[in-house]
Amino acid sequence: MPETIKVDHQTARLLVVDDEAVVRTSLSRWFEEDGYQVAAASDAAEALRFLQLQQFDLALVDIRMPGMDGMELQERLRQVCPDLLVIIITAFGSVDTAVQALKQGAFDYVTKPVDPDHLSHIVKNALAQRKLTEDKSRLESEVSRLASSGEFKGESDGARKVKELVTTAAPTDTTVMIRGESGTGKELVARALHMGSPRRYFPFIPLNCGGFTDSLLESELFGHEKGAFTGAHYRRKGKLELADGGTLFLDEVGNVSIKMQMDLLRVLESKQFVRVGGTRTVEVDFRTICATNRDLEAAMRSGEFREDLYYRLNVFVINVPPLRERREDVSMLAQHFLSEYARATNKPVESIDTDAMHCMMEYRWPGNVRELENAIERAVVVCPSRSIRIDDLPEDIRHSPDHPDDLSLESMEKRHMADVLRRTGGNVTRAAAILGINRVTLYNKIRKYSLR
Amino acid sequence: MGPILIVAVGRVHPGGLTALAHRLHTLLRTPVSETIPDIDPQSAFDPSRQQYRSDLLLELIADRAPADGKVLGVVSHDLFIPVLTYVFGEAELGGRAAVVSTFRLHNELYGLEADAVLLHERLVKEAMHELGHTVGLLHCYTPGCVMQPSSHTDLVDVKSEMFCRNCALQVGLEPLPTSPVQ
Repeated sequence: MPETIKVDHQTARLLVVDDEAVVRTSLSRWFEEDGYQVAAASDAAEALRFLQLQQFDLALVDIRMPGMDGMELQERLRQVCPDLLVIIITAFGSVDTAVQALKQGAFDYVTKPVDPDHLSHIVKNALAQRKLTEDKSRLESEVSRLASSGEFKGESDGARKVKELVTTAAPTDTTVMIRGESGTGKELVARALHMGSPRRYFPFIPLNCGGFTDSLLESELFGHEKGAFTGAHYRRKGKLELADGGTLFLDEVGNVSIKMQMDLLRVLESKQFVRVGGTRTVEVDFRTICATNRDLEAAMRSGEFREDLYYRLNVFVINVPPLRERREDVSMLAQHFLSEYARATNKPVESIDTDAMHCMMEYRWPGNVRELENAIERAVVVCPSRSIRIDDLPEDIRHSPDHPDDLSLESMEKRHMADVLRRTGGNVTRAAAILGINRVTLYNKIRKYSLR
Repeated sequence: MGPILIVAVGRVHPGGLTALAHRLHTLLRTPVSETIPDIDPQSAFDPSRQQYRSDLLLELIADRAPADGKVLGVVSHDLFIPVLTYVFGEAELGGRAAVVSTFRLHNELYGLEADAVLLHERLVKEAMHELGHTVGLLHCYTPGCVMQPSSHTDLVDVKSEMFCRNCALQVGLEPLPTSPVQ
């Protein structure tokens, strides 16, 4: 029998509903030759019974049947089995009714007698569309699952505040500035904003602005045309084009040079740009999220950061607190990273013992969550048992002055001075001012405690 | 596959049947005979459509199938099944009877010059296709396989007259060494 369309029939199940036995038989035979699994029902009641017993992908329903007609059956099918595709079979002259069926949600209709090619096309297209819908739904849930696995975690007040701000800002299209020390999870916050937005099924494009020279950053952002510079053998899309429809995350935006700040401001305002070496204006639609650990206000005052760009970016600010200011999250984050790395390394490490946890709770975590994650990853790798012990932690954490054995006044003074000097970047004048002592005294202490 | 009996239903050129039987024997390596029995297809005629119902023709010829074999009806009339506008043929899937029509295999139907050789090739392919269904083969999408579905003559012309390797093995046939279908 004629047929021309290739369909993946291996699992497709069809239900033919027609009161004419000859139609049921011939349609069943026709589709079985193509590898479909076919069941045939002589009326609506039998069709509904079949649907209670097994699942079908598609139903071919005759519109004129005694008792419950095809239209009514279609309505019932939609209630019982909303995913079932329905194709209405109608006689010539009842096309108006078929059109009504389409309005009620039928996939399509065919008029008897139908061209064999046409029937095959319709069934194939219906099943292909169903598969696309299922694939889309599966991918969306997978995207959501993957996104939530990397979400910003924490139950402390600071973490809750961040999450609240994310919930508020995410669904909007507003520009968000994320501020916080290195390693606090600014990119996770940016991703959470993206995932909570209507743009979540479009790209999230991160760009670390601090890692490039001006010319490289320009090429990364705007892309380039073939031959734009030595080595530009092909046209290349920049991050702005890649982010079209989605979110552009500009990390370390405070490190962009004054020259590039001008270009950046222009494109953020107009959403238009020209590729390097090109002449054509490219229009893009993206949301801007940026992050920095730099004191942008000070940079603005000193002329290192443009005021207009600052106000363009500083619309909705989320401050991500350092880990030392949300110590109550250390335990939960440590457990989270533990299970993640135990699974990744396939090691049966299940817990962190009390001493090790105490040590981590006391530590200041200058590298924030990133440092904690690295510490747990290392501990999982070296841990010989099912529980991480203090010896498995990196030396910096084990022997940190944050949890000293020596509690003498002299030792405390030494640690405190070292900490202040670290915070001021070794600036003795500023450190002395903070400590409330004069510079000469501080120099003497530095010499005494070998702090340099 | 067992022996095959080709039966003419209505007026069919006897020379065409002999040539078909010869070719099927070569391809399937099974005894193939032909006969022109007194089968009146009128009971399968639908006056409103001016076509013959292929499912009723199958019923008419089914009891002619030889023991452990298949019966292939060849008809010159246009065939249809309710719901569809036409079919080239029909078969009992995994059964004993198949029927093919030469009506839509003629070049003349499409305003082209008559071509007896091409008509023979098309009939062989459609006969092989429907006989394939009688041994349980489903439609196959291996390029060139005779079990590819085809609703137009150009699709019949592009496929070969033999099963692909997979289909051939399913029915216990070694593919012909000269078969273009692998």
